[in-house]
Amino acid sequence: GLFVWHLKNTGIRQIPCQFVHLCRVANDRLITFQYFNFLKRMYVTQYNKDLSQRAKPKSDSVASPFRELQQLDQEKKVIHKIRPISPVHQPLSETSSRNELREIKSAAETEDSGPPVRAESKEDRQWKEMKLRLDDLPGILARLSKIKLTALVVSTASAGFAMAPVPFDLTCFLLASLGTGLASCAANSINQFFEVPFDSNMNRTKNRPLVRGQISPLLAVCFAASCGVPGIALLTLGVNPLTGALGAFNIFLYTCCYTPMKRMSIANTWVGAVVGAIPPVMGWTAATGSLDAGALLLGGILYSWQFPHFNALSWGLREDYSRGGYCMMSVTHPGLCRRVALRHCLALIGLSTVAPVLDITTWTFPVISLPINLYISYLGFRFYRDADRSSSRKLFFCSLWHLPMLLLVMFTCKKSLLEKEDKGDLLGGNHGRAMEITLP
Amino acid sequence: MAATRALRAGGGGCCCCHRRLLSSSSAGGSPTAERGERRESAGLGFSPPAHSRNDWIGPPDKHSNLRPVIFYVPPKESPLERRLREARQEAQACDQHFWARHNCAFRQEKEEFIYSRLKAKGLEMRDETGQKATLNAEEMADFYKDFLSKNFRKHMQYNRDWYKRNFTITFLMGQVALARALRWLRWKKKNVGN
Repeated sequence: GLFVWHLKNTGIRQIPCQFVHLCRVANDRLITFQYFNFLKRMYVTQYNKDLSQRAKPKSDSVASPFRELQQLDQEKKVIHKIRPISPVHQPLSETSSRNELREIKSAAETEDSGPPVRAESKEDRQWKEMKLRLDDLPGILARLSKIKLTALVVSTASAGFAMAPVPFDLTCFLLASLGTGLASCAANSINQFFEVPFDSNMNRTKNRPLVRGQISPLLAVCFAASCGVPGIALLTLGVNPLTGALGAFNIFLYTCCYTPMKRMSIANTWVGAVVGAIPPVMGWTAATGSLDAGALLLGGILYSWQFPHFNALSWGLREDYSRGGYCMMSVTHPGLCRRVALRHCLALIGLSTVAPVLDITTWTFPVISLPINLYISYLGFRFYRDADRSSSRKLFFCSLWHLPMLLLVMFTCKKSLLEKEDKGDLLGGNHGRAMEITLP
Repeated sequence: MAATRALRAGGGGCCCCHRRLLSSSSAGGSPTAERGERRESAGLGFSPPAHSRNDWIGPPDKHSNLRPVIFYVPPKESPLERRLREARQEAQACDQHFWARHNCAFRQEKEEFIYSRLKAKGLEMRDETGQKATLNAEEMADFYKDFLSKNFRKHMQYNRDWYKRNFTITFLMGQVALARALRWLRWKKKNVGN
């Protein structure tokens, strides 16, 4: 215990000197603050009789595309063996092999000012062994499958299921959600597998597992297959073939159409919007077994929502897109980018009005949803007119709460089956009668 | 002439890129490394510990933003494993070369663009306080659009090559994993037999 404490202390005591020195050299980089933050999170653990220093992983923040600071490449997890002889203490007294001398020489030649030995050990610490550790695996796979995005996709599918005008079936709901989630994990993993060098070059994506070498491409593909195959099988056999087919089609659309198209043509945004629109349709077909107008309307709402969401997001990423070779409207056709965003904000108002016409919701829905739809349209208009960072940010952040709120309001205004039976509605009536016949 | 001199002095342009590109293009460990010998890669300044039997991945390169990998050469490397390692080394070198050049070109053209725009506005590269003058995002948008369209064909070519290399390497990894699994099973059977 004491030994450990002493080492830890000496370790930390030296480091501030190095980093303070580096700060004088660096320009405009908040190195001190971030490195000291990083140090605070280090603690020593004893695991299997090995003393290892382990940094507490930073919680994955929601991808903030508008971060002004240059993100430093801090490793989120650092596992070192505390060596009995610290290289910093004895730089020259070690019996130098040819390699050591060469290293010191080359380090001395580098532009990094400061004693070469200090730079070398800091650089050395950034080298990681490419060995997969089992306790890191869940975190790595979560990031590989973009778990937060997957959760959002599953919730839109659940919304589609919930809005379907049929009695709620819990088993079917759970199977559909699980199947959709697995399909989404598979699609996201393949997407990351295809984009490693491009992700490395963009600030938003440079900490992904494949970029950082935390997992091999082979393992990523195996993981995708082991999610995708059971997911689609679950949807096809456990729910219905239509939902399974939609799931498989969506994986194909996302990985084989959208991902390569991102680098070829701006039409990728429209394809991506379809990819986002399919999950609620899947939820609906899972519940009803058929693709009717209600499914298409829900899909349409999600489709239209994608544009203000993505176009506003992409406005702040133009430099990265340009350098990375991504063909996005915000770079090549900025006017179109803003026009389309505004157009689809207004379309949301229209689609909300169509919902009661198709008997999915009552007429209270367009009335209650009007304020939030008008607000996002207003922000869309501001983005169209001002075309600056602040208006794009406002629109993006609005889209994040607009969608869940819209879906929630839609659900609360859902036309109940009883109402439909009273009104002698064919669909609701048939279901009611059918149910009476089949139940023992 | 004066313009480029000013750029070099002011922006620290990309004169460093040429030196770096030459030294870092051979990253990844020499293909002729003796098996079992302590690994080292030219210009990377790091050697993995001798007892380690895994590849090591480093911090992102300053120019290409790609992370260099030092590959482990096992003492009894099979021909298949050698093919895989060499394919990965070659891919790494190609990617490093492409992105380092591309990013350097981007930085240089961006500097030139800023310089020309500032000149047109009658401003200097650095203002009174010595801070580097910049253009806002809307002014830079013209440059981003231009740069993207200029490099479109280059990206198309790179995309094709990248997809091909990625699939080949992953397929080879699969073959190597399968071969290793079969070898292990055979060894297990032999041991159980004994």
